[in-house]
Amino acid sequence: MSEHEAPRYVLIWVVLLAMTLAEVGFAFMPLPKFWLATGLIVMAFYKAYLVAMYYMHLKWEPKRLWVMAAVPLPLAVIMVLAIITEF
Amino acid sequence: MSHAAIATMDRSPMPGMKVYNNKLGMWVFLLSEVMFFTSLIGSYVILRFAHPEHWTDPGVVLNVPLTALNTFFLICSSVTMVKAFAAIEAGNQKALQMWLLATIIIGASFVGIQVVEYIALGGEGFLPALDAYHAVGRGNPHGGPALGGPLYGATFYAMTGFHGAHVSLGVIALIFVYIKSLRGGYTKENHQGVEVIGLYWHFVDLVWIILFTIVYLI
Repeated sequence: MSEHEAPRYVLIWVVLLAMTLAEVGFAFMPLPKFWLATGLIVMAFYKAYLVAMYYMHLKWEPKRLWVMAAVPLPLAVIMVLAIITEF
Repeated sequence: MSHAAIATMDRSPMPGMKVYNNKLGMWVFLLSEVMFFTSLIGSYVILRFAHPEHWTDPGVVLNVPLTALNTFFLICSSVTMVKAFAAIEAGNQKALQMWLLATIIIGASFVGIQVVEYIALGGEGFLPALDAYHAVGRGNPHGGPALGGPLYGATFYAMTGFHGAHVSLGVIALIFVYIKSLRGGYTKENHQGVEVIGLYWHFVDLVWIILFTIVYLI
């Protein structure tokens, strides 16, 4: 990891916990299933983004590691699309 | 080439990547893990769309409050892990040991709660087997009609079980790192082991964040 200003680890922890509570509350709201699922997935991916960026320090890693980390994402989409054709 | 040069060859950065080899190796491993968990999650989503009658609404069968508490534990363990890394980056070995121990205890608690959850769910008929599945829902009498179907149980145990195995392996690896830290094996200048196990631990947390939402809340 290159030199950088120390991240606010505890602040991110508070955000993650608050979002987890928000998710649990949101999951039981009387909303259409589509909007519930969309909202929950958006919140989950934002939490995952925070963990990867700040706790795994991806934010401060070289660009080449970013490229490498991005490689499986399109592959993962292709794999899911390939499985869908089974049905 | 001298013996010293040969001994430290594996620690030098790979040309062009600008990160040391152990870290690059962990990232490559984690990217293969992305594919592994994507295959599980992708299969789950497709099976759920294909057979919606096998699933129930959130909280009917699965214990959401207990798992939310477990999610809280895992997120806490991520912050203790990153604090351990920050401590050794500053050269503070005592703080490193303290934060590592906290991470181990919280991680083991996560696994313990998952075992308790499995025992309770099994007792309520929420099983992965086709013939044995008879989940009646939380708080309902045992003789009632089954809710959902065996695909629900099978996918639940496959996904959370593989994740639990990853957490368990992470706890074991952390114990080794902790023992090494007690012997003064990490310094301000050389603490690659702490960073590499930290990457694994945060990834396991990241996967749980996705699994918790998909398996328990949707």
